[in-house]
Amino acid sequence: MTRLSLDAISYRPGDAGLFDTLTLEIQGPALVALVGPNGAGKSSLLRLAAGLARPATGEVRLDGHGLASVGETERARSIAYLPPDGRTAWPISARRLVALGRIPHLKPLRRLTADDEAAVDLALERTETSHLAGRGFDTLSSGEQARVLLARTLAVAAPVILLDEPTAALDARHQLGVLEILAAEARRGAMVIVALHALDLAVRHADRIIALDKGRVVADGAPERALTARVLADVFGVEAPDGLMAGGLRLKR
Amino acid sequence: MTGWQLNALLGTVLLLASLAAVFAASGGAGPAALFDTSGSLDALVLRELRLPRVILGILIGAGLGAAGAVLQGFFRNPLADPGVVGVSASAGLGAVVCLYFGLSASFALALPMAGVAGAALGVVSLFVIAGQGATATTLILAGVAVNAAAGAFTALLMNLAPNPWALAEIAYWLMGSLNDASWTEVGFAAPVILTGLIMLAPLGRGLDALGLGEETARSLGIGLGRLRLAVIMGTALAVGGGVAVAGAIGFVGLVVPHVLRPFVQHRPGALVLPSALGGGLLIVLADLATRLFSGPGIPLYLGVLTALIGAPFFLWLVRQSQRRAP
Repeated sequence: MTRLSLDAISYRPGDAGLFDTLTLEIQGPALVALVGPNGAGKSSLLRLAAGLARPATGEVRLDGHGLASVGETERARSIAYLPPDGRTAWPISARRLVALGRIPHLKPLRRLTADDEAAVDLALERTETSHLAGRGFDTLSSGEQARVLLARTLAVAAPVILLDEPTAALDARHQLGVLEILAAEARRGAMVIVALHALDLAVRHADRIIALDKGRVVADGAPERALTARVLADVFGVEAPDGLMAGGLRLKR
Repeated sequence: MTGWQLNALLGTVLLLASLAAVFAASGGAGPAALFDTSGSLDALVLRELRLPRVILGILIGAGLGAAGAVLQGFFRNPLADPGVVGVSASAGLGAVVCLYFGLSASFALALPMAGVAGAALGVVSLFVIAGQGATATTLILAGVAVNAAAGAFTALLMNLAPNPWALAEIAYWLMGSLNDASWTEVGFAAPVILTGLIMLAPLGRGLDALGLGEETARSLGIGLGRLRLAVIMGTALAVGGGVAVAGAIGFVGLVVPHVLRPFVQHRPGALVLPSALGGGLLIVLADLATRLFSGPGIPLYLGVLTALIGAPFFLWLVRQSQRRAP
């Protein structure tokens, strides 16, 4: 079991205070969706959890160890992170891009081992991108690029996977595809925390939903318990007369 | 072609080109002359002029090529080059200060150290002005600023030069040339450039990760602070050491990584070593060309030749990158 704890976190990006003694305990394996309007603090929360940002006060702990005291490589092996604007500066092949996810596992000045190659193959397979392996990343469609970047994240083989808006700019089918891949990772034992805008996707795939608004947790729990009509109205300014679970799109079998 | 094969090929071609450069236009002196201890003129020319000149060329080219590859990988921008972004001009300024105030006479390593200090100042200014993840435009503008500042101070020192000969000496030296290469210059430059190359060589993995952006690189365990420091120190040593003894030789760091990039499947990390070998090769060939083209009494300067080749290439590259991305 994996346990990620944010203990009385305060964080002030820029001048404005965002989180003020925020406490949150997330246990895995699970698929946890982080929802909230723009500027609610979803990205900041993920960056804090990934150890990419330091809280002003408080501590982020993974299985009881403070992230600040864990070495960079050790942290990189435990927590995989996919930023919102996934891109590559160079037109490398999809397979080479996915293989970059193995960097935390490589010994200094050594090449990929058989284990690394196997992890890359597995990540390509799980994201259904094996057939794209030899293609240049720049020649792929946005949907294919998103899946390859997701494969890069899975290739780390970390117990904790944090993703910031992996479905942005994707069509309905690819959004569902990505969520199914993430749900499968959670079933295999990973703690997956994903920031999402699509509330219906969150409700139908996540085991737990954490709703943020202006740096505060306004709802937290099983999907339907968390996203009540009041939360939808107050936080998001929308309503779902038929409930979020019913209707919606499904992948065609 | 794998990275290893590419390096082996470049290494072999570099060796052959170097041998050709040592023996070309040497009045028919063969390899035996190198080991001739009778003190004949041919042997002396080969051992004391040609050989150090070629070795210095390889070192300087390797430094410029590797620095270009690393800067391009770090800034995620194919236009980064020690000359374009002003690192060479800053190293030149450092060396001119040293020449002007006669520091080079006071202790032997003063000139290469001044070059390195100037280059380091140039890279740091570039980092401060452009910041990380600079767009092509910001990077080039920052380079223009660094180049302009270094050029202004260099011009000031030339302005204040005590006599025309001192002025001419600085001017010719700035054009970049291996004409005065001897074992002394090799002795100065080699430790500095090699230290720089050793610092740049292991950065490949960090550069590969940086291709995915800073946040991803950090999430993969790459310490950006350490990487930045290694880039600054490595570039300053690899470029500064060369500029200090041979003046500013431009565009090598721009052309070589760009030409070799497709052969390493565009991986920035795999480009560093081939660029070092390719940089050495380009300088050796270009220097050989300047020797062959030079008329009696009017030497063609190496830096002038590389600029003549490099500037049109740079123009073309700018056009290309405009077409591809904003």
